[in-house]
Amino acid sequence: MRFLVTLLSFFGFSAAAFAAEPVNGALNFQPAATRIMERLHGFHTYLLVIITLITIFVLALLIVVMVRYNKRANPVPRKFSHNTAIEIIWTVVPVLILVAIAGPSFSNLFYQENEPDLEVIAQSSDDNPNIYPDAAAEGWVTVKAQGNQWNWTYSFPDELDDGGYPVEFVSNPLQRGLSSDQDLEGARGPRNLTVDYPLVLPVNRYIRYQTAASDVIHSFAMPAFGIKTDAVPGRLNEGWFLVEEEGTYYGQCSELCGKDHAFMPIEIRVVSADVYDAWISSLKAGEFDAAFEALPARQQTVSTDVPTDASMRLAQAQ
Amino acid sequence: MAMDQVSTAHDDHAHDHKPGFFTRWFLSTNHKDIGTLYLVFALVAGIVGYTLSGLIRLELAQPGIGPLTGLMEFFGYSGDQAIEHAKHFYNVVITYHGLIMIFFMVMPALIGGFGNWFVPLMIGAPDMAFPRMNNISFWLTVAAFIMACISMLIPGTGQFLGFGGGWVLYPPLSSATGHPGPSMDLLILSLHTAGIASILGAINFIVTILNMRAPGMTLHKMPLFAWSVLVTAVLLLLALPVLAGALTMLLTDRNFGSQFFDPSGGGDPIMFQHLFWFFGHPEVYIMILPAFGIISHIVSTFSKKPVFGYLGMAYAMVSIGAIGFIVWAHHMYTVGMPSDMKAYFVAATMVIAVPTGIKIFSWIATMWGGSIDFEVPMVWAIGFIFLFTVGGVTGVVLANAGIDHALHDTYYVVAHFHYVLSLGAVFGLFAGWYYWFEKMFGVKYNKAIGYAHFWTMFIGSNLLFFPQHFLGLNGMPRRYIDYADGFTTWHFWSSIGYAVTMVATAIFFIGLIEAAIRRRKGAANPWGEGATTLEWTLPSPPPFHQFNELPEVKPDSHH
Repeated sequence: MRFLVTLLSFFGFSAAAFAAEPVNGALNFQPAATRIMERLHGFHTYLLVIITLITIFVLALLIVVMVRYNKRANPVPRKFSHNTAIEIIWTVVPVLILVAIAGPSFSNLFYQENEPDLEVIAQSSDDNPNIYPDAAAEGWVTVKAQGNQWNWTYSFPDELDDGGYPVEFVSNPLQRGLSSDQDLEGARGPRNLTVDYPLVLPVNRYIRYQTAASDVIHSFAMPAFGIKTDAVPGRLNEGWFLVEEEGTYYGQCSELCGKDHAFMPIEIRVVSADVYDAWISSLKAGEFDAAFEALPARQQTVSTDVPTDASMRLAQAQ
Repeated sequence: MAMDQVSTAHDDHAHDHKPGFFTRWFLSTNHKDIGTLYLVFALVAGIVGYTLSGLIRLELAQPGIGPLTGLMEFFGYSGDQAIEHAKHFYNVVITYHGLIMIFFMVMPALIGGFGNWFVPLMIGAPDMAFPRMNNISFWLTVAAFIMACISMLIPGTGQFLGFGGGWVLYPPLSSATGHPGPSMDLLILSLHTAGIASILGAINFIVTILNMRAPGMTLHKMPLFAWSVLVTAVLLLLALPVLAGALTMLLTDRNFGSQFFDPSGGGDPIMFQHLFWFFGHPEVYIMILPAFGIISHIVSTFSKKPVFGYLGMAYAMVSIGAIGFIVWAHHMYTVGMPSDMKAYFVAATMVIAVPTGIKIFSWIATMWGGSIDFEVPMVWAIGFIFLFTVGGVTGVVLANAGIDHALHDTYYVVAHFHYVLSLGAVFGLFAGWYYWFEKMFGVKYNKAIGYAHFWTMFIGSNLLFFPQHFLGLNGMPRRYIDYADGFTTWHFWSSIGYAVTMVATAIFFIGLIEAAIRRRKGAANPWGEGATTLEWTLPSPPPFHQFNELPEVKPDSHH
């Protein structure tokens, strides 16, 4: 039975509990939380079938020649060295396979890459799973992730506080592999994935994310969303996603950025519109700790006398 | 070019006096001696690179930062200080593992070693075109390696030693922002030197192959290994100057105030990545093409059949080399390129699968109808064909930019390129080693040890790298000293796989030592009727100078 489950999960049919984090012994992607990743699941399964068949075909041919044409089975070698027909076949058939791959590949690529036109989507009413007319009517939520050595600064360019500045906070990891770690055992969340102040985003809203960097190149990656965008100094990169389910999602910096590259996780809490609105309002009002403490299902257990970059920044701002 | 169609003239042993030890090995102008030097050098560098990968697998065998901290404590650091040093040292280890394996193991072994040894023998030339330049190429490579090793031990950034920015050397991590110390400057000098060595070697091979083929050996009758080295040399000649240019720009950025890659001065770090991968992608074909050539000869020899589709095989390599220059940005799908540009690189990249498929199927067609002798090199070659196929199809997966957004910089990529390099180029390397061992050293190796080496290596390297596909799919990023606990299982098995390859490596050296002690006299042609290239017409080992009278390839001989 366990084998069957493993086999099924290998082909992306896992019905296991929702877990957008790495799982021991897993053979496939993390479960999809966005349509982008859902499509990648399907496309990857399609590719996996093709490449598995190709590999088995090559292996079968190798076994056939080893059995039929070893020196005991076939003492006298034949001397042919050309066969135009077969050479044409093994050139044309791979081309056809590649064409069959290119179709869904381009369609997925452009779906991910080209920012959807929300005004057009808001007008459409069909049940196309790739678009969300209700969410489109509400417009974009824009968030900017800036990579630093070694943490992330999140800001909301459209959400201004009383002083007219965008809401901004720093998200530090709880673990850096050191004995001074805030949460040595990973009690508050998965070890090496949990941060002090997570990024909070609303469910079922179009999110436009931007990446930038303050020192070296980092990469903003979220496996369950199917996104990975480098954060490059001097550039502002952009992408979009829409998360369909509330939950806590974990990603990690995905471009070597120095000593603590392994210790700049990305934690995103996807919450209902009400919770998000309350959270962002608190941030705009400067009530930083209250904003995070009000988040449901996740207690702020970090002792407040440990100053984090984010709380220090807030203290300076006040 | 069957043996009976070639008139050989190598009985001139009267003049076969070798120079004294120092002159012979330190001032060498003999292509076979330089080839041997390259092989010995690659063996030494390979041990260093392999030890570094051992540190990686040891550290990643369990979650947390353990063994490397212990190592740092051994060097006198304590507490969190030892951990911080371990973190930087891990980055240094992965960086130098990549650089050493590429520039100082695979390239010197396949091109410098086997290329020097067998290109002149196969094309019926007395030596390389520029014997002294050949010597300079080798010793510059040694100098480059020594500088690279020293650069691990001098300040990289702050209190930390060595450059820990990955073999791709991306600025700003490699510029004064990320690594202000002298380590990176010395590494740049090392890579410049290695690049000059490779360019000189490439010129030497091109001139030799174009001008010194035996009478009657047209390009279309030339053995496929010589073809593979010719294509490789052209790639080196075109790609390495671009790397040298990028490195020079990085050097002036670091030291002379230029701002090519510094956005605060109008530069762009991404430009370095374009330049680097314009070199870097041809570089991966530079590492695999000579192995393609070796595999063709082995498959043909032990199937006792001519290579199937010779011209297709030769021009598949040419087209792989040519297309290899127009696909570089598939290494950069996440840097923020326009989607149309990604679509182009997706299409161009997938095209490479076609000539590669032609090669795989032509090898199988060469075996088809043959009378296969499962000698040690043949077993390695068959292993190569299968494992290269596995590595190739995951390349097709990664070529799709959409999927690559999920897999870029994860262990899936690590698994992919180790399947084509560690289980591709290195299996080709060992296949060539067992194919030509007797020819080069004049003694036979113990076949049982050869088979034992193959099977332990096959099992070990698959156990090492196959689970890394699962890690990558599940989101494990590359170049991490510590990981989330959910990645523990497959990292553990991967490290067990490394331990098995340690047994394989021990068996390899046992075989080498056994052959050196027993000194069973080698035959001129141990492989029989299937071995038709010119090196098998010479005694084993070949005389110090061969082909004093050029062999002639008769016009009616077919490939």
